[in-house]
Amino acid sequence: MKRSANPQVDAKLLIKDAVKLLPDPSRRLFLRGGASLGALTLLTGCNIIDGPSSERALRIVSEFNDWVQARLFNPNRLAETYPESAIKRPFPFNGYYAESEAPDVDEDTYRLALDGLIENKQRWTLDQLYALPQETQITRLICVEGWSAIGKWTGVPLRDFLRRVGADLTAKYLHFACAEGYSVSIDMPTALHPQTQMTFKFDGEILPTRLGFPMRIRIPTKLGFKNPKHVVGMAVLNNYTGGYWEDKGYNWFSGL
Amino acid sequence: MADAATIDQSGANGSKAEPVHPLYVRITHWINALAVLIMVGSGWQIYNASPLFPFTFPKSITLGGWLAGGLLWHFAGMWLLVVNGLVYVTLGLATGRFRRKLLPIRPRDVARDLAAASRGQLSHDDPTHYNAVQKLLYAAIMVTGVVIVLSGLAMWKPVQLWELTLLFGGYEGARLVHFFAMAGIVLFLVLHVVMALLVPKSLRAMIRGR
Repeated sequence: MKRSANPQVDAKLLIKDAVKLLPDPSRRLFLRGGASLGALTLLTGCNIIDGPSSERALRIVSEFNDWVQARLFNPNRLAETYPESAIKRPFPFNGYYAESEAPDVDEDTYRLALDGLIENKQRWTLDQLYALPQETQITRLICVEGWSAIGKWTGVPLRDFLRRVGADLTAKYLHFACAEGYSVSIDMPTALHPQTQMTFKFDGEILPTRLGFPMRIRIPTKLGFKNPKHVVGMAVLNNYTGGYWEDKGYNWFSGL
Repeated sequence: MADAATIDQSGANGSKAEPVHPLYVRITHWINALAVLIMVGSGWQIYNASPLFPFTFPKSITLGGWLAGGLLWHFAGMWLLVVNGLVYVTLGLATGRFRRKLLPIRPRDVARDLAAASRGQLSHDDPTHYNAVQKLLYAAIMVTGVVIVLSGLAMWKPVQLWELTLLFGGYEGARLVHFFAMAGIVLFLVLHVVMALLVPKSLRAMIRGR
């Protein structure tokens, strides 16, 4: 593995990402100075739309929306599946780094690390993971940016794996750590959804680097950024750990 | 109607009687105005992250600073828009105001009032009465409001509300409908504001009630 499997954030990558997407990489209050709806500013004549207090209020509403979405989530409702002819080729790349900077994970030294409320925390090699029973789905990935694309993913249903390693299925969260420093956490009901998958193949081929080699978590009931690539660690937890984009302001649940 | 509208009805209504717009209409109108500005401004921010068409909205007229900020505003503004809209529609139906003010809408009347408007002869002297063009536009904007909320729900929850998403031709279909409904609302908003400025008493009635 070229990059460390340590789920800590790589500062250099963070800065690159920030340059690409944030108006100012040093900005922690992401809305301050960024909001500008001329008419609204004129009407109110004050600084309520881009101040830290509005940011706090918006985050509270976002947490309320997490709660609403968790209640709307039906664990038995399946995402629509499509025929092979609907598959988008080449499948779009999207990430907080350039496509050429996607991490190269060494398949020989790769070990999936397990942590938290799991009975058997033995690390998994790729061959061991590949040997588990796999399923294929052709589903639509919907990006937080608005675009969508249909792909064919093959891998191990996450719930089967969680049962196999003796995860506490009553825990609240699953946290994923990625080779390049990305991280994301999801709710347990979504982790146990029948279509939530530890994905090893795209369109019948081993996942290419750009799509998340060696393993992506494919969740057709959540937005694309909740589908982490290059996953090297998984933890079952009761405490909220947020995620790379969630900490910057994206809604945490982001269910579809 | 253009002739009838020139007769001042304020005397007939009695000075202390019914205002042109009851208080609930004025309150929900201005809350809706704020909600629409928030939804359109943040919606343009979200649109810019992945434009459907070969143009983007100038950053200076978008809300939220970047995609996450735009999304936070959009998914907070939706509650204001929907809760306020439900109050307005419920009261409008229950009090019979919609029926009284907006119906009937006859194509013949619309054609006549459009022709009168094009000659500059459409009177706006009586704010308690809508001409046929107004009736049509106010009814249409309400339908558009319902469409934009439903297509928004279809995009937000294409798995949980898949039947609704299917109604719009799938996720990408809902995206298109949502965009064109926005365009319709913005066009209406421009016309609505221009007319309010041309007929200041209508603006006054929406603030003070008469």
